[in-house]
Amino acid sequence: MPQLQVTVGSQSGLHARPASLFVQAAARHSVRVGVGRPGQTPVDARSLLSVLALAAGHGDTLELTADGEETAARAALDELAAVLADDLDAVR
Amino acid sequence: MTAAPLHGIGVGRGSAAGPVARAAPSPALPPARPVTDPAAEGAAVRTALGAVVADLEARAARADGAAADVLTAQAMIAADPVLADRATELVAAGTDGPHAVTAAYDGFRDALLAAGGYFAERAADLDDLRDRAVARLLGLPMPGLPDPGHPYVLVADDLAPADTAELDPAQVLALVTVRGGPTSHTAILAKALGLPAVVGCPGAAGLRDGQSVLVLAADGVVHPDPAPQALRYAAEQQRARRDRAAGSSGPGRTADGHPVALLVNLGAAHELAAAATADSEGVGLFRTEFLYLDRAEAPGAAEQTAAYRAVFEAFAGRRVTVRTLDAGADKPLPFATAADEENPALGVRGLRTATRDPQLLETQLAAIAAAARGSGADVRVMAPMVSLPAEAAAFAERVRAHGLAHAGAMVEVPAAALRAGRLAEVCDFLSIGTNDLAQYAFAADRTLGALADLLDPWQPALLDLVAATAEGAADHAVPVGVCGEAAADPDLALVLVGLGVTGLSTAPACLPEVRAALAAHTLADCRRLAGLARSAPDAATAQERVRGALRTAGG
Repeated sequence: MPQLQVTVGSQSGLHARPASLFVQAAARHSVRVGVGRPGQTPVDARSLLSVLALAAGHGDTLELTADGEETAARAALDELAAVLADDLDAVR
Repeated sequence: MTAAPLHGIGVGRGSAAGPVARAAPSPALPPARPVTDPAAEGAAVRTALGAVVADLEARAARADGAAADVLTAQAMIAADPVLADRATELVAAGTDGPHAVTAAYDGFRDALLAAGGYFAERAADLDDLRDRAVARLLGLPMPGLPDPGHPYVLVADDLAPADTAELDPAQVLALVTVRGGPTSHTAILAKALGLPAVVGCPGAAGLRDGQSVLVLAADGVVHPDPAPQALRYAAEQQRARRDRAAGSSGPGRTADGHPVALLVNLGAAHELAAAATADSEGVGLFRTEFLYLDRAEAPGAAEQTAAYRAVFEAFAGRRVTVRTLDAGADKPLPFATAADEENPALGVRGLRTATRDPQLLETQLAAIAAAARGSGADVRVMAPMVSLPAEAAAFAERVRAHGLAHAGAMVEVPAAALRAGRLAEVCDFLSIGTNDLAQYAFAADRTLGALADLLDPWQPALLDLVAATAEGAADHAVPVGVCGEAAADPDLALVLVGLGVTGLSTAPACLPEVRAALAAHTLADCRRLAGLARSAPDAATAQERVRGALRTAGG
């Protein structure tokens, strides 16, 4: 199962707006993506509440995992990793 | 044929007529019941959660700017797939719909609270979303403010600060609540918006959506299905009031030129524009709690400085009296107040929290000082809930250490009023908060509508305490203001000036009438009215005698 580690880029962490953008991006993919702290059970990346409850701060490392067809899974991970690494607070 | 009038406590003197729209309360969770058809129950849960999402999305589409963003974010939370899965799993395991939805939301709520910081601030949103879904499941109206699409008279059991932030003054004609007293949130909000209101009106519970009502704040009466001649008379009175108020402007002074500072109260960022454009000499009470409410941690110095700076710049060339954080009692804050006090109104609140956590006050004073530098405003700082001269002296010392020239003390505790001269020795000004002073003088909870007669600002004992404070301040040539609800009543304002009060701070909408009343009476008139009020045996007689004297004088 493909997986990827990413550092949270948002200055204020993965809350409110950055978390919404991440969850919306995850919902656009047909493969199921999980997100969590390394070594812990991942949560559904399409669930805003679950993502908020991770309480990930700026600079924290998160692990993305994807279920499903290999190429689609890789594509989903690459896109979502880019969203996580971005400083989404800077986007206006 | 008109129905019998409904009696309550009037706030302000205005009147308004229009159709009723009721704000529904949060639903109470009924006792758990066994689930006979888990598939149907699960489907009902998904339908209810979906209906909440649809409602929020529809409201977001009608709203714009910040309000639309907030509603869209709420809709995304309500649409959370894991939330729906958890609730339906619980239903499959035998929990009824309302309890399953509550448990699913509460699970996330606890996780967010545990996370702290920004995350914990979302926890209160979840309670509102949960209530909406549960109301839908129980077949009850969704809680919160109504949106009938036309101007309405808002009728509610009582209003919470959260409801009032969302209230659109262009749509709401008047407020009527079943509960609440003269100093409740509803009453304060009505004054801030210049809306007529009747609070503590038990008969309002029987009003129906769409029913026509006439609200007469001066009489504390709501007329259901009013007669056309009553509506005409009320409209004429309302016009006459507006004309009188529009006839005066500029700094406050009595007919013989005695100056009385007329200032506005300010308590939230969205009030700033209206407060700054009002004809006033500045801000007499800048409540800073709005920066701290609904948060898990105190705001940082930079955030506070930016918020204060916006206010100071809007009032450049005028004075701004900042009250430092008044946490505790009816404004509990997780980081400033203890959760286990039996009597929070008598507990560690106001300036007392600074003894427990000195850094909280230090950060705030540093932020005020930084914002004041170069802003052009005459910034003054005062402490809430001062009991002893030594507390005031310690506070003033800390204020001055930050380079702020004017330090004051609020007089809300009878002990402070009785020893006001000692307070005035160590302060640059005093400010009387009549709402809390009445609560502590009469041992009457200010949030209880049932004790409204004790909290009447015309109570002669309260006026005695105001007089004692004014005398103590005068002995040391220190100005003394009133920033409670009492200052907003034009008749009572004359009495306060007669007692020696040198400044009055009210909601912006109340100032014109107070200014007009002062301009029509001399200082000697005010002193005579103050004497009449203080010599009365009770509040009702005090008010009657003063109003009687004003009528005889043609005032």
